[in-house]
This record gives sequence, C-alpha cells and structure tokens, in this order.
Amino acid sequence: MKTPGLNNSAFADPALCQGLLHALEQKLDAPLRFMEVCGTHTVAIFRSGLRSLLPKGIEHLSGPGCPVCVTHDREIAACITLAGRDGVRIATFGDLMRVPGPEGKSLKQAKAQGAAIDIVYSPLDALQLAQQHKDEQIVFLGVGFETTAPTVAATIQMAQRKGLPNFSVLSFHKLVPPALEALLADERPTEEGGIDAFLLPGHVSTILGLEPYRFMVERYARPGVIGGFDPADILQSLLLMLEMRKKSVPAIVNQYSRAVSDTGNAHARAILFDVFAPSDALWRGIGLIPASGLVMKDSYAEYDAWKRFSLTLPDVPEVKGCTCGDILKGRRSPGQCPLFGKACTPANPVGPCMVSTEGSCAAYFKYAIGNL
Amino acid sequence: MDEPRVLLDYGSGGKAAQRLITDLFARCFANPILAAMDDAALLQGLSGQLAMSTDGYTVDPLEFPGGTIGTLAVHGTVNDVAMLGARPLYLSCAFILEEGLPMALLERIVESMGEAARSAGVHIVTGDTKVVPKGAADKMFIVTTGLGEVLSSPTPSGSRALPGDAILLSGSIGDHGLTVLSRREGLPLAADARSDSAALHHMVAALVREVGSIHTLRDPTRGGLATTLNEIAAQSGVLCNIQESAIPVRPGIMAGCAVLGLDPLYLANEGKLICVLPKNLADEALAVMRSFPEGQEAVRIGSIQAPGQYGKAGQVVLHTALGGKRLLGMLEGEQLPRIC
Ligand code: SF4
Repeated sequence: MKTPGLNNSAFADPALCQGLLHALEQKLDAPLRFMEVCGTHTVAIFRSGLRSLLPKGIEHLSGPGCPVCVTHDREIAACITLAGRDGVRIATFGDLMRVPGPEGKSLKQAKAQGAAIDIVYSPLDALQLAQQHKDEQIVFLGVGFETTAPTVAATIQMAQRKGLPNFSVLSFHKLVPPALEALLADERPTEEGGIDAFLLPGHVSTILGLEPYRFMVERYARPGVIGGFDPADILQSLLLMLEMRKKSVPAIVNQYSRAVSDTGNAHARAILFDVFAPSDALWRGIGLIPASGLVMKDSYAEYDAWKRFSLTLPDVPEVKGCTCGDILKGRRSPGQCPLFGKACTPANPVGPCMVSTEGSCAAYFKYAIGNL
Repeated sequence: MDEPRVLLDYGSGGKAAQRLITDLFARCFANPILAAMDDAALLQGLSGQLAMSTDGYTVDPLEFPGGTIGTLAVHGTVNDVAMLGARPLYLSCAFILEEGLPMALLERIVESMGEAARSAGVHIVTGDTKVVPKGAADKMFIVTTGLGEVLSSPTPSGSRALPGDAILLSGSIGDHGLTVLSRREGLPLAADARSDSAALHHMVAALVREVGSIHTLRDPTRGGLATTLNEIAAQSGVLCNIQESAIPVRPGIMAGCAVLGLDPLYLANEGKLICVLPKNLADEALAVMRSFPEGQEAVRIGSIQAPGQYGKAGQVVLHTALGGKRLLGMLEGEQLPRIC
C-alpha cells in the first residue's frame, strides 16, 4: 500500500495549482499587494511553498490575523498575575504559554515556578476541569477571534445551566472587522504603496458571513476575497482580486463557499452576543481599537474572571525595539525588523509575532529561504 | 484498595525486593547471564569495536496501541546502538517505580519488555529497581543501556553525509507521536493509529552487509523527521533537499494532525530510520529495506547537496508537492495544539 503524502486535498492538486499560477501570471497587469488577515493563511502560503511560486509583482503581506500575536502585553501580564493567586488553576490553549509578557516573563515560566496551568484543547475541557477540581477556581483564558468566541460563549452558558461556582473566563477575545477598519483608516492610498486587496479569513467568515466586511468597499474602495486554505483556494482568490481590479468594481466575494455561507452562522452569532458585548480592546502593536473586543454581559457577570478576581490591566513598560505593530499593519516585513533572527528568534521571542506558529515573524523565520 | 500495588520496601533490597526480582524480572527476562544473579553481568567473547548507548524512557500513557514503555525501552536503545551500524547484544535496565503503581500494570509492562527483547534477540543481563514515594515520580521510568558489536568500519555517522548522496526513509512518519498524544489527551482521533515501535537492527545488519558504504543512519525519534534531517545537515555541513510528496504519512495520522494543528514531520517515530548513502546504491538499499516488515514502505525522500546559492550548510529545503520551496526548520520546544 502506498501511503499518501502530506497534503492530499483535491485543492492542493499540483496540476490544478500550476494551471492557476499560469493564469495568474497572464492576468497580472500591474503589481498587486495583498494582505491576508488570518494566521492560518500565513502558514498555508508558506508551508505549501506557494510563496516561492507567486509571480513577480504579487506581494504578500501578513496582517493582524493571529489571535496570539495581537494579545497585548498588558493582557498577558493580567494572566500571569492571576496564575500566581492561590487556589486558581488556569486553563489555556497551548499557544499562549510562550508569549512573552512584561520583562519577558511567560505563562510557561509561571508554570515552572509552580503556578497551576493546564493546557486544554477546547473550553469544554476547562469546564470538565472545574468539575474535577471542585476546591480550585478554574479560569479559562479566552483568546481568539469570532471563530473561537461562540464556543466559549456556549461553554459559559453551560456553566450557568450547571450552576458551576468555580468556573470563569478571562476574556480578551477580539473582533476582526474593527481591526480592518482601524487598519484602513490609517492606510496609504493604493497608488502610494497601500494595500490593494485583502484575503479575508475563512474560519472567521464561517461565523460572520459577508456583511461585516462591506464597509471596506463602501468607505475605502478595497476589495476583499474570503478564501479557503488550500493552495488552489488562495490562487483562485488572487485571480478574483485581479478581475475586480480590472473591472474597477471592488466587492466582497466568497471564494470559500464550500465552507462559508454568505450570511454566516446566525445561530453561532446569537450565542456569541447572548453572552458577550463588544468593547474597546487593546491590540499589541496597534493600540486601542474601539468596539474590537468582547466583554461578558451583566447577565453572565458571575462567570467573568475580570470581575470575580477584581482584575485590571496592569501597566507595563513598553517592549523595546519590537516592530510587530508595523508588521501587523503591513508596513514592514519581518526581515526588516532589526531584531529578526538576532535578538528575536523562536527560542527567545521578543514579540508575540515570533511566538505563535501562526505569527508572521515565526513563519518567515521558519519557512523563508533567504529573502523569498 | 485490594488490588496489589508496588510498595516502598520493594526497592529496599530486602526480601520483598528479591521476590519481585525472581518472580517477575528473572522470569520475563530469562537468560543465563542474568540468572547468575551476581552484582554485575559477565560478558564473554566480545571483540573489536563496541557501540554503547543509554536512554531514559518516560511516556504517558504507559500502554498504547502498538507498544508500552517497556517495548520502547528495548526498541529505542536497540535502535540507537544499531544506528552505528552495530549488532546490539546486551541491555541493562533500571526501573524507577512510583509507590502505589498497580502490580498488574508493572507485570504487563515487564512481560512486554521481555517479549520485545526476545524477539529482537538481545539479552537483558543486568538491572536495578528503585521505588520512590508517591508523587516523587510519575508512575514509572525506565533507563536502558545497550551494548553491541560494530559490524563494519568506518561506522555510519551523522557527520558523514556527502553531496550527491541519496536520503532514504524506512516508512511512514508520525504514527508513534500522534498515537501517544491522542491517547494521552483522550482524543477520539485516529482510532486506527498505532505506534510504530519496532527494533530495526536486523534491517540495519542487512544494509551494512549487503549494501555497504552507508554514510549515515539515524532514527527520527523525538523531534521527528524534520529535526533529525536538520541534525544531519548541520553535523555534515551540507544541505538536505527533501521531496514533500515522497514522504509517506498514513491518512488517519494526517487527519489527526490537521485537526490538532500538528505537523507529522515533527512527530516522534519509534521504528523508522533515515539512511544516507551514495545514490548509485539507493535502489539496492531500498530493495533490502523493503524485504523487512519494518521497512516495507521504504522510500527515497531526497538528496544531499553542497551548500550554495540554494541554501546554507545545515539547512533542510522542502520541495513542496506544488513545486515550491521552503525551509524545513527545527522546532522550538514541543509542538502545541493550536488556537483556531
Ligand atoms: S522579529 Fe521579533 S521583535 Fe521584530 S517584529 Fe517580529 S516579533 Fe517583534
């Protein structure tokens, strides 16, 4: 029996992709700068080798699409503070463990120093921990975008139904469209080197649908394509961008219709907004963005770890020299950061973009051959 | 609490300890050298160059589809000795047991270990058991040391890969790592997944004898294929070119990895080897490997190149299925499942 190779999706078929690449080369009439705003896209573009194959003139930028990377130092500081309290057990997704907080301290180090921290794969695992450790307060660290937040909301609803007294969530969820808005409001016009088009996140859009992105076209005349994660999806999305530019009709289009419905998932949104309400939030490298985070509504206040433990965001000194902000905005590429590969490596990350496997700096460090 | 359990005094050298040794270890590991029951094993007739390797084994869970910590402790050390192109002959083993470990579990593991040694044709000739208080160790640790005779000289080494050599892989990757991870986390994933825990020294002996000129042999255990290839590239000061589509990964393992955001290239293997040798010998070596059950799916996955414009010494370049290129680097720390 011959065992198939690493990516056996039909959308990774080499012949199909070669054809699409050829079409792209033919149709490319002027340089195209596109930004993806999803860490999974960043990795997919590098891992598949697609980045090394893109025609000259297509420039790929990685935006603020990795939830770990945009988690602010002050938020990490709050997690570490909480982890140090007696009787508290933190439940978190693995990625967050190595993110450096103030003075480079991470949850991983806090754990080594004795803090009770468990890695979980879903918020439901955290709920189970709460049932198993009745004498401890289990706090789930709620990181992630619109994709993750509904599951967390459903878990909070379940905790309320079960009347679990020792479970709570420290939410620093973030919302993608407000970040795009902040980015565009600050963006140079395309003719001055601004971003031409956006590859919109497939996972997040399964929840949101097309509507929340319309402002991009209406107010900023920038097209966006919701794309899947296989190489053929990404190539087809790029072709759609070129077509829209040629006809001068920017729009939000859905390339990933096999997973994303144009109207998104109303049920998931209902659960999400039953538990959470939008609030201003801090993004690492970008700063405060209005209505870009999620706080728990009063009806669920008892499961809000911020309130339960009277936590506030600690003030922390700024991380010196990290240009993550410029990178998340597409102003610089990781190789242009003076610390890249020198003071800042995955073994010793200075900024969060170097920590998460989906961060731009980590992806460049891991996959890029020379300056490809 | 009726179930018999390991007690602290089993490790104290008294009568209880002796019972454990005669009843369990001597029975399962039965061989004349061990049976002498002296303080040290007397080994006779060894000559020429010897290869020696030691390794500590910890795994959670202790038992998993395809193996146990006991089979790993035999296969792992046997394979390490074999990677020097040597024939492993003897093993020593030390057990660190946590007080309260169920006796039935210990018995199953020691039996599986004895069975693994027997079918590999190596003798466990000396050993030690310590019991530590509850909480001072996690259930059971095993340390084994292996000794073997080198079959030919110069021995294969991570530093002998040469530009122009072919890189062969003995079978599919990721099986052990994903199996253990999904069992540990209680994930219902890849129910058909099995560890590939296996002894490779018979296949190695055939390679050394029948093909010869093996430059490098390495087993891609912790850190997986990617890490081991990077080590070879760095030690030999060369560039490894790897064809992604040639690397075999079972569908269940691939699917499990996709869900967890893990990369099979970095998952541990316990019954696979990488063989680097002159490319004109590649087909012959593949035929030899494929004649063994543990090498049935052996394939050529790439070649060694001199560093230059396509990459630096110590780098591994992956040629993707699409025809693109990217670095296949080392991992920082352990692989962690992702946030979506
Ligand atoms: S290389 Fe490091 S310091 Fe520079 S932007 Fe990236 S994460 Fe920040």
